[in-house]
Amino acid sequence: MTHPAILETVEALGETTLIADPAKIVDLCRYLKDTEKYIRLSAVTAVDWHPATPRFEVVYHLHSLEPFRRLRVKCKVGGEQPAIDSVFSVWRAANWYEREVFDMFGINFHNHPDLQRILMPTDWEGHPLRKDYPVHGYKYSYSNE
Amino acid sequence: MNRPIPYADPVSTIEAKQETPENPSAARHMTLNMGPQHPSTHGVLRIVLQLEGEVIRSAYPDIGFLHTGIEKQMETRTYAQAVTLTDRVDYLANLSNNLCYCLAVEKLLQMEIPDRAQWLRVMMTEFTRLNSHLVWLGTHALDIGAMSMFFYCFREREDILRILEMFSGQRMMTSYIRVGGVSLEAPRGWQQVVGKFIKGFPSKVDQYEELLNANPIWTRRTQGVGHMAVEDMLDLGITGPMLRAAGVDWDSRKREPYSSYEKFDFRVPVETSNDVWGRYRVRMQEMRESAKIITQVLEGLPEGPFQADAPHVVLPQREKMKTQMEALIYHFKIVTEGYRVPAGEVFQCIEAPRGEIGYYIVSDGTQKPYRVHMRTPSFGNLQGLPKLLENTLIADSIAALGSMDFVLGDTDR
Repeated sequence: MTHPAILETVEALGETTLIADPAKIVDLCRYLKDTEKYIRLSAVTAVDWHPATPRFEVVYHLHSLEPFRRLRVKCKVGGEQPAIDSVFSVWRAANWYEREVFDMFGINFHNHPDLQRILMPTDWEGHPLRKDYPVHGYKYSYSNE
Repeated sequence: MNRPIPYADPVSTIEAKQETPENPSAARHMTLNMGPQHPSTHGVLRIVLQLEGEVIRSAYPDIGFLHTGIEKQMETRTYAQAVTLTDRVDYLANLSNNLCYCLAVEKLLQMEIPDRAQWLRVMMTEFTRLNSHLVWLGTHALDIGAMSMFFYCFREREDILRILEMFSGQRMMTSYIRVGGVSLEAPRGWQQVVGKFIKGFPSKVDQYEELLNANPIWTRRTQGVGHMAVEDMLDLGITGPMLRAAGVDWDSRKREPYSSYEKFDFRVPVETSNDVWGRYRVRMQEMRESAKIITQVLEGLPEGPFQADAPHVVLPQREKMKTQMEALIYHFKIVTEGYRVPAGEVFQCIEAPRGEIGYYIVSDGTQKPYRVHMRTPSFGNLQGLPKLLENTLIADSIAALGSMDFVLGDTDR
């Protein structure tokens, strides 16, 4: 598997992980779907490595039925306004998966057709799965009780 | 009174109702809000429908009403405590979630699980599959109008819940499967109870089929309804019985066997009709196959320990704990601070009743998971809903919705 966007290939615990260049993610995904037959996008999620920089890792789990195999693609994104291109144009399943990541981590997806909160209410403040977000939320403080 | 609207206003995201050359009938569309308390949506799902007469032109699901932040909570619990949270994800397939989580953690720990524990896990997850399919069949048939099915299905479900209670002490939130094995040894006399149930179960399935297969209302309301192209399904992330009813032969139990599923003899039912009827046929056959698997466990359950020999991870038996000092120390350590899991990441998938469950666990080498992400089948399946309901009659939408078999707890986590 060779593609200019692949920075590193890691094999661990029987799983393959590609570390990819976030600027070329759509290109890479298109290649993986068309040439390597990863026809399914199983999941998209993110990991917050606060306070490291770049802060976030966007993780894609790909799945191919024929031959049967799975692949993980990871991209590091960071900065004040973390953002990455949406892979909606490759797999439509990315629609909700990326909305969830946007909702939970505040990572923006460029060219996403309907980027709004999906699990939290639209007027919610903050992104709950960030590591600097308190477990009980900002609204409910139990420290004074 | 100037507070923002408490939830998304999906209508504004659908184009304004103006007649355009591309969309000549837009002005005749009516917006109908279905849910979040509509009984046919099986939980708190809200769908905004754009109707043209009786025909649905577009559907926009609005989810998140059951979001409980399980992924966030898991980051604050030790690996052992987090098992109980996995129960609460999908309340009809709690043991499948237990199993997937435990397999993922065990992969990180590189732990060997004894055969007996693996077989017990297989049996319990198959009971979960039966339980889930029975609830699906009962409620789905109730939606379409076959009311008596509900009572028959819940009769058998009650037996299954009793068996689960017998094994674990709990009817629903069992947490029976733990990291390193299962929580308890199979209870005395379990062979009689399980044997009696499983011997009679195929004839119960016959009974359901007798009630439904030749029923003209049932066949007309299911056959040819809820069609969706296979390419769309794969692209939109739909998994499980829905995909198998569309002719895709993918069952993780066969294709990437876990927990010794490779040792069992069973068939993966595949249908090609790709409609509500096909999904019903697949699930009915899956119930028969699950019963076959349970029979095989009943006949050939290996002897041996039901937990791995890993004292730093598995809680010691009460007996040992009260007589041996080492066991007491291990117990204290596991309960108070938990066990360390080597740093790494793992994505474990299994075949749940609704489709593909995947747990992505990132460990940073401490006692608590750094990040747990659940790829839940209902979330993926529900994403295909707008496509499934497009250009169908509103009456058919209930049949199509039911055939997806989603659980909102599983969707919103």
